[in-house]
Amino acid sequence: MALLQITEPGQAIDPHQRKRAAGIDLGTTNSLIASRREGGVATLPDENGDHLLPSVVRYLSDKSVVVGTQALAAAKTDPTNTILSVKRLMGRGMEDISRLGTSLPYNFQASDSGMPLLEVVSGVVSPVETSASILTSLAQRAIETLGGELDGVVITVPAYFDEAQRQATKDAAKLANLNVLRLLSEPTAAAVAYGLDTGAEGIVAVYDLGGGTFDISLLKLNKGVFQVLATGGDSALGGDDFDRALAEWIVAASGHDRDLSQTQQRTLMIESRRIKELLSTQQQVPVVIESEDLSFSGVLTVAEFNELVAPLIQKSIKACRRAVRDAGVKLPDIHSVVLVGGSTRMPSVVSAVAEFFATKPMSDIDPDRVVAMGAALQADALVGNKSDEEMLLLDVLPLSLGLETMGGLAEKVIDRNTTIPVSRAQEFTTYKDGQTAMLIHVVQGERELIEDCRSLARFELRGIPPMVAGAAKIGVVFQVDADGLLSVSATEMSTGVQAHVEVKPSYGLSEVEVTNMLKASFSHAKEDVTARMISEARVDAVRVFDAVSNALAIDGEALLSAAEITTLENELKQLETVLDEKNAALISAQTAALAKASDDFAARRMDASVKSALAGHSIDEIEKE
Amino acid sequence: MDFKQNYFEIFQMPASYQVDTDSLADRYRELQLSVHPDKFADASDQEKRLAVQWATQVNAAYVTLTEPLKRAIYMLEMSNTNIEHNPTLDPMFLMEQIELREALEEIEASGEAGLAQLDHYKSDVSNVFEGLQRDFEAQINDSIVEAEQTVYKMQFVHKLLAEANQLEERLLDY
Repeated sequence: MALLQITEPGQAIDPHQRKRAAGIDLGTTNSLIASRREGGVATLPDENGDHLLPSVVRYLSDKSVVVGTQALAAAKTDPTNTILSVKRLMGRGMEDISRLGTSLPYNFQASDSGMPLLEVVSGVVSPVETSASILTSLAQRAIETLGGELDGVVITVPAYFDEAQRQATKDAAKLANLNVLRLLSEPTAAAVAYGLDTGAEGIVAVYDLGGGTFDISLLKLNKGVFQVLATGGDSALGGDDFDRALAEWIVAASGHDRDLSQTQQRTLMIESRRIKELLSTQQQVPVVIESEDLSFSGVLTVAEFNELVAPLIQKSIKACRRAVRDAGVKLPDIHSVVLVGGSTRMPSVVSAVAEFFATKPMSDIDPDRVVAMGAALQADALVGNKSDEEMLLLDVLPLSLGLETMGGLAEKVIDRNTTIPVSRAQEFTTYKDGQTAMLIHVVQGERELIEDCRSLARFELRGIPPMVAGAAKIGVVFQVDADGLLSVSATEMSTGVQAHVEVKPSYGLSEVEVTNMLKASFSHAKEDVTARMISEARVDAVRVFDAVSNALAIDGEALLSAAEITTLENELKQLETVLDEKNAALISAQTAALAKASDDFAARRMDASVKSALAGHSIDEIEKE
Repeated sequence: MDFKQNYFEIFQMPASYQVDTDSLADRYRELQLSVHPDKFADASDQEKRLAVQWATQVNAAYVTLTEPLKRAIYMLEMSNTNIEHNPTLDPMFLMEQIELREALEEIEASGEAGLAQLDHYKSDVSNVFEGLQRDFEAQINDSIVEAEQTVYKMQFVHKLLAEANQLEERLLDY
């Protein structure tokens, strides 16, 4: 038998080979990127030392794109070409936009699939492309600081983002050429950073009020396992809404009753934000607005401001109450309350949270940075870097998943706040005599009427044998994996006729649209595309090669016969031989062969690992019996 | 992966209706630490698929054993008894249920003033539910037929509790 070079178990990954991973907080107002390096986790600054990147993208007539502080500086003077708070548009359809408030100073047009597009001086862009520009800018920072391309990133999203919003975020990452290891809920990320930093145990509530979204999550922290018990929120409630309330107050007080120009809208929003921030530390602030035919001068006190925003804060507290109930805990069980997001700097928010939870909330880690830091920790774990502390996140489904039944009603198949991965089967039947096909309409949301839920996918099950109404049995299985991605399959029980769909939300970009954008964003010649394919095949091959050789080193002798070991070693060697070939198909084929040869070994390893997990317990029980 | 293992066997706990929830939570955590797909970032696709299947199974087992009604139904299934969708119930029990339902409607009619009454109501109904759990525990080893009847009652009371909770949400304007 050939001698393989084998490293010691646990040291299989060479320290120089530590993979480059980063956590990205793609925020409404500001975005950050963080990474775990020796000595801990930290957000990465740009060349000026700024950690926060304003989530602002400006399009210029020469087709160049400016991101961040420089773009923000042009917000007032060039409102239609300078896109702020693009996160609020992600995964939204045209009809959602009108519900987000009227003061979006952009020129919208609808795409073929009903997505809002923004008309700017250099052409037409989608919110996904705008977000991709922000991601690219952040990734560039990380590549420079960490000294090379990133192996993988974790991007945070509001816990309350639905499937369409998540898919849009993934599409943006794809455009930015980033390998997304996971989309992680923002409050969960914050809890991870806190938990690992303070060693806190017990039940923790994370109140996350950002620029555009509000999340509340309750987690149970137990020896490195972060179990989300419940999550709730409002994906359209944040600092922007406080600004808008203030802007409306100014307009009303000024007596201005004509339509506002785009410049006036932008000026009002920016001034309102400035005034809001001042009111966090001052008792009253002078308000002076001079913009075209809008003119106002007055004073706003803290008390008046608090009254303006009280309904918004109460909305967030209501969501907290619901989440506490969903988690099945009582308020006194909650060990600590963590504040996340820039809007939690407002004293009236802090006091409302303190009053509801009857405890002083913590904001020890910078509320702007904590999310990116938690994401970096998870990215480091998911990319496969070993660390001393054990860590695992058990996340939940944020919104219920269901099917449309007769009469336009939604039948829930998996309830919100169910721990993922999860699989659930439900039986349905036909409505009419002789019915041979059935439309499966998958929806997401809590409401009873289909029209109030978000439509995720429609597919048809055909070939049902004609029977009387109610006789056919259609089994529908929902499977949500650890990434929160849903696949649905339907089977007619007597014939075994099947239909299956990987759910891609209807509001997201179609595969074709994403591909077209990819093509447009790389002005690549054909050889570049081939090079990219070879490089992708190699990355995959190395991953499988490492996985199998590590597994062999650790468990080969214990779980395999000498002949089985030789077979796997031969497959490994063959993969090594083709790895340098400039032929993506050949590399992929040999990778697949190795994977197939190791399938049985994988199953044996899994069983062994499960047995050892509860090994201590079975001994206890034998003694008891 | 051994899908024939029952949920109690997955956690290596005795198949009894009374469950030590702390110990169950501990074992759930330990099992997920060894089977969750996130722990297989570097592994082969086959291992990842198995991890998803295992983690899904462990989640299902945990939810079933943690919730009293689901656990009872599951134990009936383990004894090869599948519950019916429209069972015949003891008329006395149904009368009591009708009265309890009427009481809930009265509370709803009194609006926000009904909140204090609702608290009492919920604790009464919870007591009934706990009584049924004790009945089930005594019956499951001796008389599956009686245990099955008790599960039907539990379903009724469980639904009533859920409705009381929904009413509370409405009254508090969640």
